Amino acid sequence: MNQQTVRRVAIVSANRIPFARSNTAYARQSNQTMLTATLRGLVEKANLQGDRLGEVVGGAVMKHARDWNLIRECVLASGLSPATPAYDVTQACGTGLEATILVANKIALGQIEVGIACGVDTTSDAPVAVHRRLQRALMDLNGARTPVARASALLRALHPGNLLPELPANREPRTGLSMGQHAERTAQVWGITREDQDALAAASHQNLAAAYASGFFDDLVMPFGRLTRDNTLRPDTTAGRLASLRPVFDRRQGTITAGNASPLTDGASAVLLASEAWAQARGMPVMAWFTHSETAAVDFREEARDGLLMAPVYAVPRMLQRAGLGLQDFDFYEIHEAFAAVVLCTLAAWQSPRFCRDRLALADALGTIDRTRLNVCGSSIAAGHPFAATGGRVVATLAKLLQQRGRGRGLISICAAGGQGVTAILER
Amino acid sequence: MTDHLLHWANDPRTARLIRLLGLPQPVHLARAAGGYVEQPLAGRQVLAGGSPGGFALPAILPQLAQAGTTFLADPDGSSPDILVFDATGITTATDYRHLYDFFHPVVPRLATCGRVVVVAGLPEAQGSPVAAAAARGLEGFTRSLAKEIGKRGANANLLYLQHGAQHLLDEPLRFFCGPRCTFVDGQSLRITDQVPAPGAAPAQAHVQVLRGKVALVTGAARGIGAATAHRLAEEGAQVICLDVPADRDGLYETAARVGGLPFTADITDPATPHQLAGFLRQKVGTVDVVVHNAGITRDKTLGRMAPHHWDQVLAVNFGAIMALDAMLLAEPVATGSALLRAGGRILCLSSMGGIAGNRGQTNYAATKAALIGYVAAQAAPLARRGITINAVAPGFIETRMTAAMPLVPRELGRRLCSLGQGGQPRDVAELITFLASPGAIGVTGNTIRVCGQSLLGA
Repeated sequence: MNQQTVRRVAIVSANRIPFARSNTAYARQSNQTMLTATLRGLVEKANLQGDRLGEVVGGAVMKHARDWNLIRECVLASGLSPATPAYDVTQACGTGLEATILVANKIALGQIEVGIACGVDTTSDAPVAVHRRLQRALMDLNGARTPVARASALLRALHPGNLLPELPANREPRTGLSMGQHAERTAQVWGITREDQDALAAASHQNLAAAYASGFFDDLVMPFGRLTRDNTLRPDTTAGRLASLRPVFDRRQGTITAGNASPLTDGASAVLLASEAWAQARGMPVMAWFTHSETAAVDFREEARDGLLMAPVYAVPRMLQRAGLGLQDFDFYEIHEAFAAVVLCTLAAWQSPRFCRDRLALADALGTIDRTRLNVCGSSIAAGHPFAATGGRVVATLAKLLQQRGRGRGLISICAAGGQGVTAILER
Repeated sequence: MTDHLLHWANDPRTARLIRLLGLPQPVHLARAAGGYVEQPLAGRQVLAGGSPGGFALPAILPQLAQAGTTFLADPDGSSPDILVFDATGITTATDYRHLYDFFHPVVPRLATCGRVVVVAGLPEAQGSPVAAAAARGLEGFTRSLAKEIGKRGANANLLYLQHGAQHLLDEPLRFFCGPRCTFVDGQSLRITDQVPAPGAAPAQAHVQVLRGKVALVTGAARGIGAATAHRLAEEGAQVICLDVPADRDGLYETAARVGGLPFTADITDPATPHQLAGFLRQKVGTVDVVVHNAGITRDKTLGRMAPHHWDQVLAVNFGAIMALDAMLLAEPVATGSALLRAGGRILCLSSMGGIAGNRGQTNYAATKAALIGYVAAQAAPLARRGITINAVAPGFIETRMTAAMPLVPRELGRRLCSLGQGGQPRDVAELITFLASPGAIGVTGNTIRVCGQSLLGA
């Protein structure tokens, strides 16, 4: 390592396509077409045509086997120099933010000057695999050396019971529970009420609608496939209207409904990060600085005491300690609304002196936050949640908020499947 | 769209039937793959001659030899690939007999996909009206000859040569005697020395002729524009590919294929010239070749044509080109130099419709004819800056646009030319590439058709 100091990392530009509810506007799109369009939009906005960037990093959670080199393929169609390297990463819903951290770290270390972090997901073009036994039989057929072995493999391959496809499931492999069931459990542990969840969901819609109305997203969201804004947004929804929906995961005493959870969504996002010198040489204003990050994971088995989506609760205090900051030292909080319940559980945990003492090993509770600073431009309930694309949406939104404010600090918290959480701080 | 007739006429199993039915029997035309080579005419047998008193032949012979031709000493019984005749000495009616004596015995034996090039003096530079008439008459001869040999895939073209510009014949001869002028047939163009050669020019390269140059191609997403971008890149140019947002997929595909830079813009947007100028200055500094290929049709007979269709066609095909050129040719006080450098090349895509007119295309044909007038008027002022400007007028080219035509007009469009078939986008790209090359410095203010000598407007 020949760099003596760690450099500041600038968020210079960002672009996303409007997010679309599953099987609606982007039903015929693929991860590749959506991300390629998004990268092209960013390339055009930031005049990157033909430029060799340090790297492009991103991923998709729901991915076809043929898209094994997804990001590189998209880069080759993006208008960037084909000499721009790229690689795929996945960390469930944390993919987009983790990709941002990877690019930022290389810039900070002086290994690269500029890079793009991106993410894309679709649940309208999900990979449908062949039955595990058929796949095994086909592999055996491919590897068979003798006619007998070949015939045996072929017979197994043709077995009618093996012809059923294997559908992707929104299920934690270790618990067999869906994410919503996990969130429902955690909500019950923390005593989160249905009313609070619906209120948060309504605020998400109202805030996002207001942001669109004020033109906030004009330079962050490009038109795509006949959409100019997220079609998940319901500007006229209210907590009262949301209260009429039936719980989904626990019919009798559950609190999570289709209205206070993020919907299955298709979309893509990308963020351009660069060193200060690069931004200056290009004459591009810095939106915000990407200053800290922390990723955590929890043991979410039933016997353990942590909720599946509660890892950010651990990541944030560790990050705050490193940054020498308190939970209240922020002008904006971007807490990903996988479910309204998750946001409220997270805040409740930080307010609990017992939890903070016993589980986070803190002397005191982290305390409360000013709720008027939370998700001020809406979050995943209103905008939708194309898994890997959410990180880029959040980073871009917060960077723009800080740019508009002129100075300040924002906190990002994103929970992810597998009991993981990715968090970061943006400053200006 | 596949030209089935071309296929059947050349398939031994169906050729007889096509002949029996009396259908046209187009031949597969010769084309060259890849970029320019040092000796494009290698192995070609040439018969060269001239009328007494001509000034071009002494220059032509070494130029052809350098391009790789073999000279036929004895024309009898041989089958030449190329016939070149220096007619600059023809000044009277009786001089025409030299033309007859040269061509009469060999024309029947001209090889399939052969080439005929006649070199004439500039009519207006002749000493007398009679001599001017004699020079001009050669155009009728060449065009008629082209119609006679077209069935064999062969073509004939006329080069009007200014006295003293013989050294500028080299690249034109390579083009018009070679396989790349496939669909340029029955044309005449003028070669003059009105554009000064770039100072202290190094020995001119014959391969990779656009290495180190920057080319801007509008409408590059597909068809002729994409073929042109590809062809210019093959010669070493860095290509800026421009097209509208609606064709972004095709545009980026072209750019990726040619290693060029995509630029998405609507050229009729008043903000585009300024944005493009900023982009060009940031990415490439200056530009050497501009190909105004973007164009649209909105066909309706005049009485039924909606006003916005009239306006759109005028804006894209005419107004936008003027705005882009104004930007490229402006000499800002700050930098003192224009984006289009000395030695630059401007190519405008005109159309056969602009020459012949077309029912339902009053708007389109007006713009395409306007470009003919534009290059003629711009030639002299730009010559002083070392820039050439020409128009290329395609006839029936096999593109998505022509594939969408109804069967009968499409078949007529294909067959009603000397070569009996449609051209390929690459054929147009070849002509553009030739005109964009440094060796085409003697050609400016011309409108050249690439139409297989279409009967329309001829």
